[in-house]
Amino acid sequence: MSYIEIRNIFKIFGPDPKSALELAKGGADKDEILAKTGHTVGLHDVSLTIEQGETFVVMGLSGSGKSTLIRHLNRLIDPTAGSISFGGEDILAMDIPALNAFRRKRLGMVFQRFGLLPHRNVMDNVAYGLEIQGTARKKREVAASKWIARVGLAGYETKFPDQLSGGMQQRVGLTRALATDPEVLLMDEAFSALDPLIRSDMQDELMKLQAELHKTIVFITHDLDEALKIGDRIAILKDGKLVQVGRPEEIVLKPADDYVQAFTRDVNRSKVLRAKSIMAPISETEDEATTDLPAVSANARLADILPIALANGTAMTVLDSKDTPIGTLSPQQIVEALDG
Amino acid sequence: MFPEQLNVPLGKWVNQFVDWLVVNYGAAFEAFADSLLTVLVALEQVLRGAPWWVVLIAIAAITWHASKNWKLVVGLVVAMFAIGMLGLWDKAMQTLALMIVATSLSVLIGIPVGIAMAMSNRLRAVMLPILDTMQTMPSFVYLIPALMLFGLGKVPAILATVIYAAPPVMRLTDLGIRLVDPEVLEASRSFGASRKQILFGVQLPLALPNIMAGINQTTMMSISMVVIASMIGARGLGEQVLMGIQRLDVGAGMEAGIAIVLLAVVFDRIGQAYGKRSQRSPNAEDA
Repeated sequence: MSYIEIRNIFKIFGPDPKSALELAKGGADKDEILAKTGHTVGLHDVSLTIEQGETFVVMGLSGSGKSTLIRHLNRLIDPTAGSISFGGEDILAMDIPALNAFRRKRLGMVFQRFGLLPHRNVMDNVAYGLEIQGTARKKREVAASKWIARVGLAGYETKFPDQLSGGMQQRVGLTRALATDPEVLLMDEAFSALDPLIRSDMQDELMKLQAELHKTIVFITHDLDEALKIGDRIAILKDGKLVQVGRPEEIVLKPADDYVQAFTRDVNRSKVLRAKSIMAPISETEDEATTDLPAVSANARLADILPIALANGTAMTVLDSKDTPIGTLSPQQIVEALDG
Repeated sequence: MFPEQLNVPLGKWVNQFVDWLVVNYGAAFEAFADSLLTVLVALEQVLRGAPWWVVLIAIAAITWHASKNWKLVVGLVVAMFAIGMLGLWDKAMQTLALMIVATSLSVLIGIPVGIAMAMSNRLRAVMLPILDTMQTMPSFVYLIPALMLFGLGKVPAILATVIYAAPPVMRLTDLGIRLVDPEVLEASRSFGASRKQILFGVQLPLALPNIMAGINQTTMMSISMVVIASMIGARGLGEQVLMGIQRLDVGAGMEAGIAIVLLAVVFDRIGQAYGKRSQRSPNAEDA
């Protein structure tokens, strides 16, 4: 069983969602339901599983329902139909106190426009989650200081949010979410409001933290490059429906439909594709033939392999993590993969 | 001519209702009036009993606490001093006592009502027309029932003042809470904050500049009403204005008018200084 299980979620906005639910279940699409009943379909029969410790990215354009979806995970929004469970526990069955306890202990959320408390300084913002839990001031400031130092905010403890740049503010937002040491981080377009360079920095920072912390991260974005960069798996939403779920390479190499294909057209494939996904596997019998060739790691991205390929002009041996040859990669294969 | 058969004897009904109130609940109103009067009299005795320079020092201290601006402190002390020079110190202290009680009562009632209005759209829909009525109804009109319920004197003056002055603080508390950034609220909810933690930790602190503006308006309106309330026996500066009108003594009326304006300026500046301060956390200055 997966850690987070979302089963057949429907979310319909409007005065009488139940009436439109039957239409939606009958297969009517978003426009049809809006025309017939005046109700907006936010999510249409979405089922997902998210494993513990993975970075799961939900990608979609505005109006695709991605922000609605992430708000179902901490019940800022309740579904019209369907079920959601964390570690086997049905979160929709929780009453208010149980839900608040669940949010306090197990979830942290980061927001697009940061959602910082403007009347509190950095220290008190970071310690907010602990304060809500009822942790004593001394203790929560010790814990908050540790996280503040870790993300490079030391020295800014007494600054107020409006005295910080956007990038710094989102560092505070991220630190605030981490300070309660939650199992799950929900990130709603967390880096979308930042400048490209800062955004890239924050993505690297998040990946670095994740390599140490192994949180379960659910990350929402409208930017496919961002999704491909940080996601272990990616779900693509369109008009409230799930179009495709897969690893970044699957999304790029095997787009489920024209919609996904249109997205992936402009992607820099060399940064997504890895040696192992385009190599020709070695059959068990012919083993010694490839030893003279330059070696590359199976997890290396094409961007890193290209210089080696250009310098040698020959095929390469692909090694797995134990340095066992598992395949070969020719310049021709690389060209074909990059060409799509 | 509008047909007379269609006339509704609303006036008569209201009279009957007020009579009924007086007959059945007169004792309760009296008890309430007595407790209010006790507070007011005590405050009045303190203000009038204290030497004038103690009051000046107190006002200077409050102004300094609110603004940290010595120019404003000097300005407001001079304004109060001028009231004394007009020979209206004692009357100003009476007005001040009435105003403090009326404003405190307005704020005490107004903020919880404003909070409730922000929480419930239905209550807000009911309250808004009531608040409009409270503010647009000529103030003399509700002096009359207040008079019938509580007799002549200070208590009906305070109640009429509260009715007139409470709406702004209710409106601005409601508005301030509704203007809080929804993403900040969402963030607070996502951390599992209870409704109480959200109200006291997020909504009220962020609504504070608006609430302070409401309190300031309420203070200004209670000054103007306290003056009108002298018609039903409230003492103070209004009494002096009334006397000026009755005796056609332009000079006396003018003096009292100037004193009222000075008092209003003092309270407006102090209120605004607190309002400005509330827009930023106090420790922001040294950050």
